Amino acid sequence: MGTVTVQRGSGHLYPPRPNTLSLLNDETGSRAALQAEATTAISRTDIETQLPEASESAHSTLAVRALAQGPKAKASLGQLASARGSEAGDSASIRSSIPNGDSGDVESLFMDFAAIAPSSQRQEATGLLDFPEFAADDIDDDGILSEFEAVGELNEEDLLLQRWKAKRKHYVILSAAGKPIWTRHGDSGLISGYVGVIQTIISFYEEANDHLRGFSAGDTRFVVLTRGSLHLVAISRMMESDNQLRLQLEALYMQILSTLTLPSLTHLFSVRPSTDLSRPLQGSESLLSSLADSFTRGSPSTLLSALECLKIRKQHRQAINNALLKTKASSLLYGLLVAGGRLVSVVRPKKHSLHPGDLQLLFNMVFEADGVKAGGGESWIPVCLPGFNNSGYLYMYVSFLDIRDDIENSAEITKDESVAIVLISPDKEAFFEMQGMRDALVTQMEKNGSLKEIKTAIDNGRPTTTDIVPGTVLHHFLYKSRANVQFTMSSYAPEFSSVTRRRRLMSIYNNLHASIHAKNTHVKVHHCVSRSATSFGWVTPVFEFYCIAEPNTNRNALAQSASKIAQWVQREEERLFIIGGAVF
Amino acid sequence: MSESASANAPKPSSSVKLVLLGEAAVGKSSLVLRFVNDDFQENKEPTIGAAFLTQKCSLPTRTIKFEIWDTAGQERFASLAPMYYRNAQAALVVYDVTKPSSLTKAKHWVAELQRQASPGIVIALVGNKLDLTNDGGDVSEAAVAAQSESESAQEGEEGANEEDDAQDAVSGDARRVSTREATGYAEEEGLLFFETSAKTGTNVVDVFTAIANAIPESSLKTGRGTGAGTGQTSLGRSAEDSRVNLDDRNAATAKEGCAC
Repeated sequence: MGTVTVQRGSGHLYPPRPNTLSLLNDETGSRAALQAEATTAISRTDIETQLPEASESAHSTLAVRALAQGPKAKASLGQLASARGSEAGDSASIRSSIPNGDSGDVESLFMDFAAIAPSSQRQEATGLLDFPEFAADDIDDDGILSEFEAVGELNEEDLLLQRWKAKRKHYVILSAAGKPIWTRHGDSGLISGYVGVIQTIISFYEEANDHLRGFSAGDTRFVVLTRGSLHLVAISRMMESDNQLRLQLEALYMQILSTLTLPSLTHLFSVRPSTDLSRPLQGSESLLSSLADSFTRGSPSTLLSALECLKIRKQHRQAINNALLKTKASSLLYGLLVAGGRLVSVVRPKKHSLHPGDLQLLFNMVFEADGVKAGGGESWIPVCLPGFNNSGYLYMYVSFLDIRDDIENSAEITKDESVAIVLISPDKEAFFEMQGMRDALVTQMEKNGSLKEIKTAIDNGRPTTTDIVPGTVLHHFLYKSRANVQFTMSSYAPEFSSVTRRRRLMSIYNNLHASIHAKNTHVKVHHCVSRSATSFGWVTPVFEFYCIAEPNTNRNALAQSASKIAQWVQREEERLFIIGGAVF
Repeated sequence: MSESASANAPKPSSSVKLVLLGEAAVGKSSLVLRFVNDDFQENKEPTIGAAFLTQKCSLPTRTIKFEIWDTAGQERFASLAPMYYRNAQAALVVYDVTKPSSLTKAKHWVAELQRQASPGIVIALVGNKLDLTNDGGDVSEAAVAAQSESESAQEGEEGANEEDDAQDAVSGDARRVSTREATGYAEEEGLLFFETSAKTGTNVVDVFTAIANAIPESSLKTGRGTGAGTGQTSLGRSAEDSRVNLDDRNAATAKEGCAC
């Protein structure tokens, strides 16, 4: 296994990057590049015309979303149709697999967030057709939870296939040679036929020196991302934009790099193009799956390409920073204190900022996937952080802190409450050094009361919108500080506590975000009214702000609340965000 | 200081570095979790990298503190294994009694350990997932079966085992590696041998106790004397320990004092 050697002060081993002191590198650059690329995407309005009743409300759609509709896109649809037609066994088309059974009648499929309204209003809203935004909107919690259930290993293939097709979101990773590498749902046996179809479609374009980027079939969107010898495919019936799906695929690709490193990935395929990559990836499937599920559930962090921090007083954060600096082990590269996916504090070398994409992978591994936490002890994990350096491994020490003495059974500690110390070193033999630092750090933090402060901050949770602005019309907001590449948001509770509602909320944000960041638009304020909710986006050079309110909310009240929250964030900036962090 | 500590700790205590090796999904982490937390998780996610846990094991004459390296079984982590077994005093090489290929892999690990680990390393071969076999239900029977074969096989019990084997063939028993085959191999190579179930707990503590008993007193003394030092030079332990011992000298000498 290759190792990254850190030579402090030289930095020539690392990819060139601006010598910035900022904590995080903004990746909006790469995002902008993604958006600027040509697309063969079918416009969303095109999808709508395929839905008989939807056109009526199309005017309320986010029309800015419409992307160039080219002849290529038509060809891709035709291609899909013919491919499907030729496969006799696949007569059940993707479109016909819309699970009428579990989500009621067809109308309800095209409802958007109407169900955010209390259930009494939900009934009344069923007949209404808002823009077709999120097909899964009208399902109950069981519906969305079943999305994450295993397809199973039944003998009855028909039933298996039916369950597989009922999933609203699929991710498939295959090699250029057509070998299935990973799929979120089902196994390689189940998907091999589809992988063949996908590969045929992709290579059809490749033969013409063209790159297939995406196509639609009914209300299903297919997005393809090609990286080296890998094709990553997202198949979504959740009405996400191409850019959003592409970002998700990028993250999955980063996870593969994180497991294997780029040189070894390249080597495997250059030696044998038909390599079965699922073998070297063995054991990391759960990381890919938990990453994929967090996208399906809806992740503000992925949407905004930013990180969330634990809100804590400046002086308390400073005390933790000092403890980190005081106990810093000599071979330490990065040290992180993380509470349930929210960063509490970070210690890092002056020359190296952290990449949100890398942290997303780390947090996914530590908090979302069970492999680390279920181990029950301290962990020592070789990991490649592709944003930092995609060619070698770093070694990560992970230890969970027991700060909840009131809870006896550690299994009862929820994800949001678990606190982890993550120490990263380029030295693969540095485990005990890191362990020593951890012990010293915990002692320090116990002594200066930091652990208690962290516990209090976790208990306090995120503020609700009415905590911040009493009587506000807003139900929820996201605020991204562009300079810090960090975001903050209000509590999901009470309106968005359930998985379904949270997913729906994220769909609204997805739409809002896509509209504001659509190619060739220079929107600063975006106000979107539907029959079930009002959403509002506001972008300045300093921040991005997105919020949701009741339908028919007065625009002035909305704008007023928004600016009050922006002011609040600016006032609380040093509590909400880590500015600089502990630097050595 | 030394006196008071020895009064508090009637039994000498020493650290033993133990490493678990074996194919993916044979139940290494589950064995450790059963031993350390007396807990079992169905469908546990695979270990990533390695996990480090400690657990004390009390023997009549002394206390052994196991420092356990639970390694990931996947192929891509194999190159890191030497780091964990270097200077280990004990190793648990685990296979799955329902999967013959896992025994083959276990044999490879045993060979590698014999070639490259410390000469005095105590190796236990452990066949896990006994609960999936027909003898999984009865704790004592399984224990007897394993022991009787590894030690002097007595007639009656030998007969019982043959019966078991015969049963395996007819019933839907998931066992695919016979106790006899594994015992034979373990005897040949001079390994401790157990069949366990992390799920039911059968024989799990017994494995660790047997290892604790099998570690020669002499190796414990040196292992402890030079600190958890020479015992653990890998992973930078020696450097770290010399530092920690500065703060902790009193406690360390106290332990030594009472070991004599």
